[in-house]
Amino acid sequence: MTLIGTLRQRVPFRGRRSTGTEPTGVTALAPGDAGTTAATSAAPAIEIPPSDPLFGFLQAATGVVELDRLELDSPAVRELRDAGIRIVVPLVAQGELIGALYLGPRLSDQDYSSDDRKLLSTLAAQAAPAIRVAQLVREQAAEIQARERLEQEMRVATMIQQQFLPHELPELPGWQVAAHYAPARAVGGDFYDFIALPGDRIGVVVGDVTGKGVPAALLMARTQSVLRSEAPHLASPGAVLARANEILLPEMPARMFVTCLYLVIEPATGRVTYANAGHNLPVVRGPDGVAELRATGMPLGLLPGRTYDEKEATLGPGQTVLLYSDGIDEAHAPDGEMFGLPRVRALMASEATGSELVDHVLESLHAFVGRDWDQEDDITLVALDRTGALEAAIAARADGPAEGSPAVIAPPPLRADEVLLRLTLPGADGNERIAMDRVADAVSPLGIDPTRLERLKTAVSEAAMNAIEYGSRSDPAVPVEIEVAVVAGDLVVRITDRGLSGPLEGTEEPDLDAKLAGSQKPRGWGLFLIRHMVDAMDVATAGPVQTVTLTVHLGGGEHVEAV
Amino acid sequence: MSRPFSADVVATAPEPRIALHGDITADADPGLPDAYAAATSGGPRSVLLDFADVGFMNSTGIALVVELLADAMQHGRSLRATGLSQHYREIFEITRLAEHITVVADPATETAAAGGTA
Repeated sequence: MTLIGTLRQRVPFRGRRSTGTEPTGVTALAPGDAGTTAATSAAPAIEIPPSDPLFGFLQAATGVVELDRLELDSPAVRELRDAGIRIVVPLVAQGELIGALYLGPRLSDQDYSSDDRKLLSTLAAQAAPAIRVAQLVREQAAEIQARERLEQEMRVATMIQQQFLPHELPELPGWQVAAHYAPARAVGGDFYDFIALPGDRIGVVVGDVTGKGVPAALLMARTQSVLRSEAPHLASPGAVLARANEILLPEMPARMFVTCLYLVIEPATGRVTYANAGHNLPVVRGPDGVAELRATGMPLGLLPGRTYDEKEATLGPGQTVLLYSDGIDEAHAPDGEMFGLPRVRALMASEATGSELVDHVLESLHAFVGRDWDQEDDITLVALDRTGALEAAIAARADGPAEGSPAVIAPPPLRADEVLLRLTLPGADGNERIAMDRVADAVSPLGIDPTRLERLKTAVSEAAMNAIEYGSRSDPAVPVEIEVAVVAGDLVVRITDRGLSGPLEGTEEPDLDAKLAGSQKPRGWGLFLIRHMVDAMDVATAGPVQTVTLTVHLGGGEHVEAV
Repeated sequence: MSRPFSADVVATAPEPRIALHGDITADADPGLPDAYAAATSGGPRSVLLDFADVGFMNSTGIALVVELLADAMQHGRSLRATGLSQHYREIFEITRLAEHITVVADPATETAAAGGTA
């Protein structure tokens, strides 16, 4: 085999200086005997580490290096000599040692001639750039493949995270809801959610996991899963956050935690209860200007046994609350200035609502950070507006009680320790059954005897049906509110409607004979039944709002209505 | 939990029986009148309303019963009711339906006052 032929087999050597910070050695296949294919195929690959003096020597060499003449205290040289290598031809491209050719003794046992050495030098000079190009192509292909694999994985991660975010915004009667979510990377650690709760309430969550990218996204998914599973079973927002903290704490990776704001809305009344685990305070726009809904609490996953302040507010018609993450207020302009809470408050002071408000905030943010902004953190915005539509419809019904109608007397408020149940139902036909069942559940601890309980259920269902049919005109968007309480030894059930059909008039007393004769309609038994089923029924009005109060004495006195 | 209304007409002679199921509310219209029309197509002198499988009845349901009773009285037909719970027996008393509809515990032993056809 000729020298060229041998070299052709040897050229695809392994190893070159890596692109990493720590250089690896160079390696070439070494022919133990340049004249025998069998020997060459078994030749060992000898690596020259960058720390070996030979590495630097070869990098600076201008031609072939004859090991016998080399005076260098080098482990690599000794290893090469032991392997029978006589000549090393460095392959240098653009000043970088990318490999070397090792040659053993000639078959003739004669020394390599000067022509041989020139030929090898020429060959190495021409081969090195080509080999380098081949190396670069191969490295680039590997990098592209790795990048494509990573991008594919990120696409999957993005899709998975999208599954955890709400697919659609909730439709709340009398409310307008808008949301925006923009992770800083393919996946983010911010999250928001809407959780349907018993009693037609809705939970609204906005949270932020420390960090960004996949680790934050995984923790975000876990946190959201915990909140979704726990929220429907726990009455108060503070209890939900405390429970989530206990569940997440043992699972929390080092140096990670979750901030979270949890807010529960009663859409019909505008009542909002909320608790905060270290998240940005929501901003609310009301008749007195812009304010924050303040509640304090430690982020989730930091310390055990945390409790969370629970606060309450009522959003009136026309009021707006904005929930947001720190990707907004902590965004920086090119000069380093931070967007800040004052700008958020100023934006809230505008008249914008819903998606218009969200767009307004985002436009202002982008104008502030500039065109070349590299988004620093995930961004989440949730805007909740209590529109005045529902109340306007009610107000249009009546400006006040008509002359001769019942006195405007609202029933006194119930004390919290008296209340067994507060329930708001859409004014939809059939919901009187829900009212009846919920009231029955609420009074079950009182041990009312079955006969009286059945009477109460009938009275509640009839009163709720009246409220839905007349007070709400069977419009699900017009709510009916129900309160159950024990007041001074009496069980009190209040059913409040919006009086869209006007106050209950003194309806005609039903007379079965008249109904059978056709002089009265077959219907009209509701109020009659209610009066006979409970110890007292009172009707109070305040503006268009009407409250029917049912009273049952709990002292054991059997209610018997003379007929 | 609410249960949808349904009715089965059992053509027992001389008094057909209408077996009522579920809730008697506005949703029982037209199921209840239709069942009554089917039960009276042969002109019986009496019809038995069986409430044993009725869990809930509201004032609208009572109004439907009033309509059946009005029709029955126009045609000289009597109505009987069985299977009423204590609570709905009380409501039949309060509304005076019980004055016109004979409430029986066991229709087999308490036979209808009049047999034959109207």
